[in-house]
Amino acid sequence: MPKDHGIGAAQKRREDVRFLTGAGKYTDDINVYGQTYCHFLRSDVAHGKIVSIDTSAAEAMPGVVRIFTGKDFEGVGGLPCGWLVTDKNGQPMKEPAHPVLAQGKVRHVGDPICAVIAETLDQARDAAEAIELEIEELPAVVDMRAALGADSARVHDDLSDNLCYDWQFGSDQAAVDKAFAEAAHVTTLELVNNRLVANPMEPRVAVAEYARANDETTLYTTSQNPHVIRLLMGAFVLGIPEHKLRVVAPDVGGGFGTKIFHYAEEAFVTFAARQINRPVKWTATRSEAFMSDAHGRDHVTKIELALDADNNFTGIRTDTLANMGAYLSTFASSVPTWLHGTLMAGNYRTPAIQVNVKAVFTNTVPVDAYRGAGRPEATFQLERLVDKAARELGVDPIKLRRQNFIESFPYATPVAVEYDTGNYVATMDKLEEMIDVPGFAARRAESEAKGKLRGLGVNCYIEACGIAPSNLVGQLGARAGLYDAATVRVNATGSISVMVGAHSHGQGHETAFPQVVADMLGIDESMIEIVHGDTSKIPFGMGTYGSRSLAVCGSAMVRATEKIINKAKKIAAHLMEASEGDIELKDGRFSVAGTDKSVAWGDVTLAAYVPHNYPLTEIEPGLEETAFYDPANFTYPAGAYACEVEVDPDTGKVTIERFAAADDFGNVVNPMIVEGQVHGGLAQGIGQALLESCVYDENGQLLSASYMDYAMPRASDVPFYMVDHSCATPCTHNPLGVKGCGEAGAIGSPPAVVNAVLDALNHAGHAVAHIDMPVSPHRVWQAMQG
Amino acid sequence: MTKVTMTVNGKTVSKEVRGNMLMTEFLRDELHLTGTHVGCDTSQCGACNIHVNGANVKGCTIFAAECDGAEVGTIEGQANADGSLNVIQQAFQDHHGLQCGFCTPGMVMSAAALLKENPKPSEAEVRHYLEGNICRCTGYHNIVKAILAASGQDVSSIAAE
Repeated sequence: MPKDHGIGAAQKRREDVRFLTGAGKYTDDINVYGQTYCHFLRSDVAHGKIVSIDTSAAEAMPGVVRIFTGKDFEGVGGLPCGWLVTDKNGQPMKEPAHPVLAQGKVRHVGDPICAVIAETLDQARDAAEAIELEIEELPAVVDMRAALGADSARVHDDLSDNLCYDWQFGSDQAAVDKAFAEAAHVTTLELVNNRLVANPMEPRVAVAEYARANDETTLYTTSQNPHVIRLLMGAFVLGIPEHKLRVVAPDVGGGFGTKIFHYAEEAFVTFAARQINRPVKWTATRSEAFMSDAHGRDHVTKIELALDADNNFTGIRTDTLANMGAYLSTFASSVPTWLHGTLMAGNYRTPAIQVNVKAVFTNTVPVDAYRGAGRPEATFQLERLVDKAARELGVDPIKLRRQNFIESFPYATPVAVEYDTGNYVATMDKLEEMIDVPGFAARRAESEAKGKLRGLGVNCYIEACGIAPSNLVGQLGARAGLYDAATVRVNATGSISVMVGAHSHGQGHETAFPQVVADMLGIDESMIEIVHGDTSKIPFGMGTYGSRSLAVCGSAMVRATEKIINKAKKIAAHLMEASEGDIELKDGRFSVAGTDKSVAWGDVTLAAYVPHNYPLTEIEPGLEETAFYDPANFTYPAGAYACEVEVDPDTGKVTIERFAAADDFGNVVNPMIVEGQVHGGLAQGIGQALLESCVYDENGQLLSASYMDYAMPRASDVPFYMVDHSCATPCTHNPLGVKGCGEAGAIGSPPAVVNAVLDALNHAGHAVAHIDMPVSPHRVWQAMQG
Repeated sequence: MTKVTMTVNGKTVSKEVRGNMLMTEFLRDELHLTGTHVGCDTSQCGACNIHVNGANVKGCTIFAAECDGAEVGTIEGQANADGSLNVIQQAFQDHHGLQCGFCTPGMVMSAAALLKENPKPSEAEVRHYLEGNICRCTGYHNIVKAILAASGQDVSSIAAE
């Protein structure tokens, strides 16, 4: 019988009522009395020298309040990068300045040059057109290999080249060389992980309000982590003390990573509101989002797998070029290194693994973490490579994977992480059952009878969620701690406000978090509310990304609730004149063990706040506790995915016919929400595999700058998915035993889709070793022409 | 400026509007009905879907002045008279057909228009009808399931596990 409340119950989401009735409050729904509107004049060339800016005519336009240029930001800090990566030669990475408004040069299409503030948005846009701007266009670098050439134009004049860092990681050279020298077979693959745009449906918005009387600024912004934005913007860009700066992220319409980062626009409106002493609002258009939201992926990789005569994996080595774009976005440097290199072992026992990454500056929009961040890139490389190896060796791809699975835990990989638990055999068993492997031949015959090619692709993945502990990531270059925090505030009559550092932008925290606290206290969920997204209301938390909400912030909430229980037991012991050690909490009542004496939850909470008969010398009044939780390790969700496609041999069009995902997320608090997270990730991964691509021309013009040109997955592009999370191996080091589910779908699905397409083509006699994503009809048709 | 008078969610409103004011702006900025969202600038995403004289229309493709005299329906007018969720809204909640909620008003408006036109659509018909609505969160699985459920069809066999 499924549970109907508490941990494990598929409770319906309470936040849905406001979203379904149009009562959500997103940042663009916020309007502040007296607000002005901001419009950015952005570069329309990829690389150029700013010769002159004449704003005089624009300043005289109706409604214009003020126009800012890069000059106004001389002496103001640039946007900081949050992770220092050390080169393999021991040198720190190059960190070019990233000004809020361009100074001297523009470095990508969309680089903001001027900001016009006017009484209305139309007036701001009109005035921006009247700005006289002279830009001397310079040669742009777009291709990463070309960017590393000695005679390439430089993105940053003060750097000696376009190389941000050259990073190497994993087993020592001798071990890797030996594995390849002694290999019975080596499979080599070159591939591209296509550049994507996260495209949450809500474009970014920032509204800043300044109160001169008390020197306080409030910024409403579409952020996944308001405290991080406050810290970065306050301390590193604008020099505002934290207590004078409040950052609020209200309802946020999706993030997928792209709203983690600190952006120029939110720093700008905060700065400008203080300068003009009026509120300033900026709302991105979708085309502006394409030019200014951090992009994702964009790797070019060569990867090799060494196998012995029995088909055991003996070595992996990789060489990746990772595009950073024109500037380092907040966590850009960590994505191809610590988030990608550390996952290169995948689900397999491979004794020697070496990862090489060169990060490159180009005249493109900055690239940063997008759903999965590094793990999709690692998984795509490895799982395409294993499939290619199986084809070359003439062995079943599932069998080859099973033979090399890690089966004993904990398992320390050659790339510095220790998987605490997992059961890859069980997830593969489950997957084979879900996809009905024995029935595939009949389904293929049916497709062939219709003149279509059918393919089955499988793959595995592992990811690292809840990045931690802080002392480890600090050694690896992180400039932030990676704990989280929760305050549990019990009110006098027993209702509870839980203030959390995590931020919900679609993940359903308002529903799932109370399930945990309600379970621990034995009270009804309706007595518990979740408060998040406002630095003035919550303890210092790190926000939501990397599937960390329950594993890290949820653990902090458990710790704080444990403190509440401990104190409440002391109060209950006093009320019942019993020994504290004899007090038990069950179903919302405290009782004395072995007696019929008990008091209700509400009696205890009232006593805490109305301390008339209260042992004030022993216990403080009140019932409110805070916990900061810093995990001992990452969590390691893993899974096995299968995709069946039909390929139209006349057009090359690929249709997804079946998709199955067997995941191990450890314990699950709300299975409905977890399944929804997997569904969403699958659509994004299928989008990457078949449709999505951010395209630049050779001059750095962004050719896919709207939904007219960037193919977003639509309802008819995807099937009903089969998902399962029953093969659960609980995390061993957090109190909930949870792992993380938000990114799994986006990590695990691209290789399954591409493997399926290649299976279809090869079965039909087309010897195609690889097709880069997106596997568009054009690319498939071309591949079939040989 | 042009004076327009229209019925929005059953209530008559009159306002002076600029000739180039889109319905999305009129609803959001003039009437403070912020449930109609703006997710793109090329009429691709459908977050702004509203009903105009019974037709399913993207609010960003029509001027406020064009709606003079029209009956306009928005997400704010979809709930039952007592404030409870209507059948479609309830199906979206029951089947987890939303996550961040930003595309949701447009999805609900499109679903309502579809079911009025075709009370028992097939899965393929639902997916086809939603081609003008983009969702980035749900992977569409639960949206399609919710709409089928709202049409009274049995969705218990739709793959979940």
